[in-house]
Amino acid sequence: MTKVFERPKALTDKPFHYCPGCTHGIIHCLVAEVIDELGIREKTIGVAPVGCAVFAYEYFNCDMHEAAHGRAPAVATGIKRVHPDNVVFTYQGDGDLASIGIAEIVHAANRGEKITTIFVNNAIYGMTGGQMAPTSLLGQVTTTSPYGRNPDTEGHPIRVSEMLATVEGAAFIERVSVHDIKNINKAKRAIKKAFQVQLEGKGFAMVEVLSTCPTNWGMTPVESLKWIEENMIPYYPLGIKKEVD
Amino acid sequence: MAKVLMKGNEAIAEAAIQAGCRYFFGYPITPQNEIPAYMAKMLPKVGGCFIQAESEISAINMVYGAAGAGARVMTSSSSPGISLKQEGISYIVGAELPCLIVNIVRGGPGLGGIQPAQSDYFQAVKGGGHGDYHMVVLAPASIQEMVDLVMDGFDIADRYRNPVMVLGDGMLGQMMEPVEFKERDIVLPEKPWATTGNKDGEPRRIINSLFIDAQALEDHVHKLYRKYDEMKKNETRVECYNCENAEIIIVAYGTTARIAKNVIQMAAKEGINLGLIRPITLWPFPDDTIDRWAEADHTKAFLTLEMSMGQMVEDVRLSVNGKKPVYFYGRTGGMVPTPRAVLEEIKKIREVM
Amino acid sequence: MAKVTFNEELCKGCQLCTTVCPKNIVIMDTKRINSKGYHPATVVEMDKCIGCAFCARICPDVVIEVER
Repeated sequence: MTKVFERPKALTDKPFHYCPGCTHGIIHCLVAEVIDELGIREKTIGVAPVGCAVFAYEYFNCDMHEAAHGRAPAVATGIKRVHPDNVVFTYQGDGDLASIGIAEIVHAANRGEKITTIFVNNAIYGMTGGQMAPTSLLGQVTTTSPYGRNPDTEGHPIRVSEMLATVEGAAFIERVSVHDIKNINKAKRAIKKAFQVQLEGKGFAMVEVLSTCPTNWGMTPVESLKWIEENMIPYYPLGIKKEVD
Repeated sequence: MAKVLMKGNEAIAEAAIQAGCRYFFGYPITPQNEIPAYMAKMLPKVGGCFIQAESEISAINMVYGAAGAGARVMTSSSSPGISLKQEGISYIVGAELPCLIVNIVRGGPGLGGIQPAQSDYFQAVKGGGHGDYHMVVLAPASIQEMVDLVMDGFDIADRYRNPVMVLGDGMLGQMMEPVEFKERDIVLPEKPWATTGNKDGEPRRIINSLFIDAQALEDHVHKLYRKYDEMKKNETRVECYNCENAEIIIVAYGTTARIAKNVIQMAAKEGINLGLIRPITLWPFPDDTIDRWAEADHTKAFLTLEMSMGQMVEDVRLSVNGKKPVYFYGRTGGMVPTPRAVLEEIKKIREVM
Repeated sequence: MAKVTFNEELCKGCQLCTTVCPKNIVIMDTKRINSKGYHPATVVEMDKCIGCAFCARICPDVVIEVER
């Protein structure tokens, strides 16, 4: 018998610290499989964010930088400019990318930095215990929107992929989800495309991945996947938002 | 190399390029704008990379990335911009990365002004960022010294894998003086710790300042502090001018040290013997040197002269440790003390001494 | 014939794998707990496994290896 599924080489052996059922783990696995399949592990340099994925430098089996909160795209810019032949990616959550780091991601995209960003959108701050994120949905109850997110005071959830699609330097932007097998496979294809866009030097590439947070959503892992489908996807439609040939 | 008349800011940039710096990430802010402008023009000519970042915060994080990738890299800014970079500087120290940071200081606080000042002393030497850390802070007093200290700064940064700051001010940045770029053989040290892609079988390189285990973090900070002890031993720089049998010694750095030298000449004509201790490294602070002169019988008092409300004066008092009185005179907000005003201050001190 | 193996110590009992198996043979072993205190996922009727790897695909902790 041959192995059809095993732990990718681009993941270290370190067990994930994520909560049970948190789909960060699935996304880590997809990124690592893509790195293996493209044969780029030895030239990949990753940038970890601050947030639940703050320990990503212990999970991705390649050279890694730990960035300050929100600054991964700037750190990645510095790395890519020094090593243009390396593959540079950032792995960021919604608090990291869409809140404190929104200037960095917009300008990295606008400069057309040849980096790949994996943007995990779980509509909440996980590591710090469930605060409202820029991507939290209207009415969503969090520790800092205890009465449900109110657009009059907390504004509307930000559709980052659509926003960045308007930036010229962006070469490929797709929003995907990991709430079922079909979508996980589509997510992998998108992540692979995003890395290939970098390899072809076309410009900035980002995949926004709708992800779960069972602990802070107050749901079981299985219910959380359904919550993506029934609540997040209607507001965050999946699909390619930008693609240059 | 022949001498050439050059503006301070441009001399800094040229010195950095000649020191092998090939990456500069900056942002516009007066009075240091000529540095990024010069880099934008010249770096591409030597295969270097200039980026005007979207903010000083982004710029310092680009420096963090490039430094972690093994490059000789630099940023510059002025007071408010340096405030924005403080978190990044703390990360760069924590991750043990070398880089050069130039602060052309202007009047503060807040938006402040654009004229020269020295009111960022505390921020530079006491650590404007979070956590226990230091960095070598070099304080030039001329365009030539600015050039030399920029070039030395990169070597010091690489030697200790720690950022180095060159602390100038609006005057030093904007004025022109003849300067010479001395021939140096630029040796870029090996950086096996830098991220260049993890070849199979090799250990991964990780640029990181997170130590979630408290004992591991304490051990890490102790490691940083062993480096600081080395810096204190090897990198302290100070100039003593006319201190032998001086009755009052002025302690001043940068622009105000130049003013102090005028005061010393003016006072000599009136039979008043003054000296100057000029810290060239604000950190490590030359406390031993000051202590030595405090021991001397002829030294009756010290006058710290700053373009601020008095910041370095605290370190002077710590060094003198009560042996002699330490007075302070300063102007702030971009106002520059005049030699005559300083001499008046000296005379007042002599009356009460 | 196909086979799945569970690295039980990595399992956090999230149950996602049990929701995607086309043969409904992935279940939680409620008679045991792993060192983390979770009931590990398991397959008893291994003969029905078709090696589709859906369970492995959706596992957030890379617990499952699949052979075919």
